[in-house]
Amino acid sequence: MTRTAILIACGLVAGPIIGGLVSGMDRILTARMQSRIGPPVLQPFYDVVKLLFKEPLVVNVWQAFCAYCYIAAASISLVLFFLQSDLLLIFFVQAVGAVFLVVGALSSTSPFSQIGAHRELLQILSYEPLLVLVVVGFYLETGSFKIADIYAWQHPLLLKLPFLFIVLGYALTIKLRKSPFDLSTCHHAHQELVKGLLTDYSGPFLALTEIGHWFEVVLLLGVCTLFWSTSWIGMAVLLAATYFLEVLVDNITSRMTWRWMLSYVWGVGLTLSLVNLIWLHQG
Amino acid sequence: MQAVKRFINRLRSKSPWLLHFDCGSCNGCDIEILACLTPVYDVERFGIIHVGNPFHADILLTSGTVNHRNKKVLANLYSQMPNPKIVVAIGACGLSGGVFREAYNVVGGIDKVIPVDVYVPGCPPKPEAIIDGAVLGLGKLLQLQERKEA
Repeated sequence: MTRTAILIACGLVAGPIIGGLVSGMDRILTARMQSRIGPPVLQPFYDVVKLLFKEPLVVNVWQAFCAYCYIAAASISLVLFFLQSDLLLIFFVQAVGAVFLVVGALSSTSPFSQIGAHRELLQILSYEPLLVLVVVGFYLETGSFKIADIYAWQHPLLLKLPFLFIVLGYALTIKLRKSPFDLSTCHHAHQELVKGLLTDYSGPFLALTEIGHWFEVVLLLGVCTLFWSTSWIGMAVLLAATYFLEVLVDNITSRMTWRWMLSYVWGVGLTLSLVNLIWLHQG
Repeated sequence: MQAVKRFINRLRSKSPWLLHFDCGSCNGCDIEILACLTPVYDVERFGIIHVGNPFHADILLTSGTVNHRNKKVLANLYSQMPNPKIVVAIGACGLSGGVFREAYNVVGGIDKVIPVDVYVPGCPPKPEAIIDGAVLGLGKLLQLQERKEA
């Protein structure tokens, strides 16, 4: 009982702290790649605290409600991950949160917000099937959807599911809002759609969506660790390499259209997953 | 409680998000403002982000003369920014109307429409002066907050 309580607390605390630090390091790394110095590593925390204490300006009540639902779903999905629960359940809860964010953006009449919301829906449509296929891959190899069982598995799963790891990388790129898939909203470049999906979220509600985003990032990085669950060093190296690649891809690619995203991600993602799943089934 | 408030105010001054509005400038000042974002000046060091959205902005950077057409846009942008907020007027035209102040269509400087906190003179001002103006504005933001709470 106490163990459960401690794990829940860990999930609730680890999400914002690790997520914020990862985001801070991301911004420094991005700046260095553009031969800039970049902000301090705690900058994301400064931003969020500032936003939390700004005057709340709400375009409509539903948007505020949706921001709360989004952060609730995102934090619950991370807590479920820490409780080593069912992967399918975690991704369904996470998807509910993602949809609430879209509904919040759709509830305002701003065209930027509307187009951003439509694009976010297409992004969800692109990565959700891939995430489910990755989970199916885990099941075929370990015979369980439970994270506890996957962590208990004796061999690194990356050797058996290499293509599914690449597929997860695509989902991660979309979820982290990185180029070339940063269609709906993005951390830099506010030119094309202002801030897209997040245009009408402001002040404390923008801070809530940002903290929710950190929860989701930590959740997906947690899923990455499942691929090398046998040693801490392997886990750390895999995570660092994956995140470095994400930042690199973000800096060397440009934003593409949603048509390209849908055909490319489904084409490559579904093919790679099918090859990996057939291989698992045969082997 | 006081310490917490001071801490929050400190954090506030570390994350100023800029909204840049060209109020009918010749683009001279705007090029200098955009130069602040390049690797040479890199304002992200101070946590400054250039947002295109009044809902997210803390500082309104305005350049150029105000005329009867765009004064409503300027007032609208200002009213859409959540408090606490400050306004920095950039360049000779933003300060007083500059060489255009006598023109029939010109209202004058930015402060004819909205309250201005910091004036950055020059035609155009150097990027260093613009960064200095924004940082001065942050100091004023801190002062205003502390006076309000005292």
